[in-house]
Amino acid sequence: MANTQAVANTFRTDMLNAKHAFGTTFTRAGTGADTFMGALYYATATINASTTAYTATGEVANSGSYTAGGISFGGFNAPANTGAQAYTTPTASWTTGAAFSAAAFDCILMYNGTQAGNLAVAAFTFGSQTIVAGTFTLTMPANAAGTGLLQVN
Amino acid sequence: MMRTLIPCMVNGNAVEIDEDSLVKKTGGHENDNEVADWTEYWLDGVLVHRSAHVHLKNGVGPISAAGIFS
Repeated sequence: MANTQAVANTFRTDMLNAKHAFGTTFTRAGTGADTFMGALYYATATINASTTAYTATGEVANSGSYTAGGISFGGFNAPANTGAQAYTTPTASWTTGAAFSAAAFDCILMYNGTQAGNLAVAAFTFGSQTIVAGTFTLTMPANAAGTGLLQVN
Repeated sequence: MMRTLIPCMVNGNAVEIDEDSLVKKTGGHENDNEVADWTEYWLDGVLVHRSAHVHLKNGVGPISAAGIFS
């Protein structure tokens, strides 16, 4: 036998399940899965890796059932691990619902709507879309290594 | 015959218009990031309805979890 330097495969999954805290003690708001929200941003906004939390700046205006702060992504697949990568993806599409109107937007910010601070998770961009009295639907990629919506290597 | 009513925005007012009274246009695109398609309805040259569907092909990441001692 030989020892091998490595990050534990399970550590990646555990990160997605919030089982480790190397920094300041953080009191979670609950013991279950958090609710992750999706907020849409106009193509003129500046949402990127430096975005630390949800912001109303640049967010599309209230319309139909869409209100400031956005709409929940719903449930996620349980974080899975293929060894070198852990990943998870929402179990369903994200949608604004009907009767939604918005000028050109091209980004959705995923943030934690349960824990304090509305902390940012990730920004996803796509080709600019304009909606008029309609529906915008975002279908998720396959929940698999290399394609899952959130991937940790 | 079944009528299909399309939700529309006409002069700032939300109304429903019989699909037969509208001009329907569809389109889409595909690139490395997404597959997108849209449906538009036009009334007298004015866009009164547009819906879109974007299918993301890939998520974000991979996020590096750790480095190693060298």
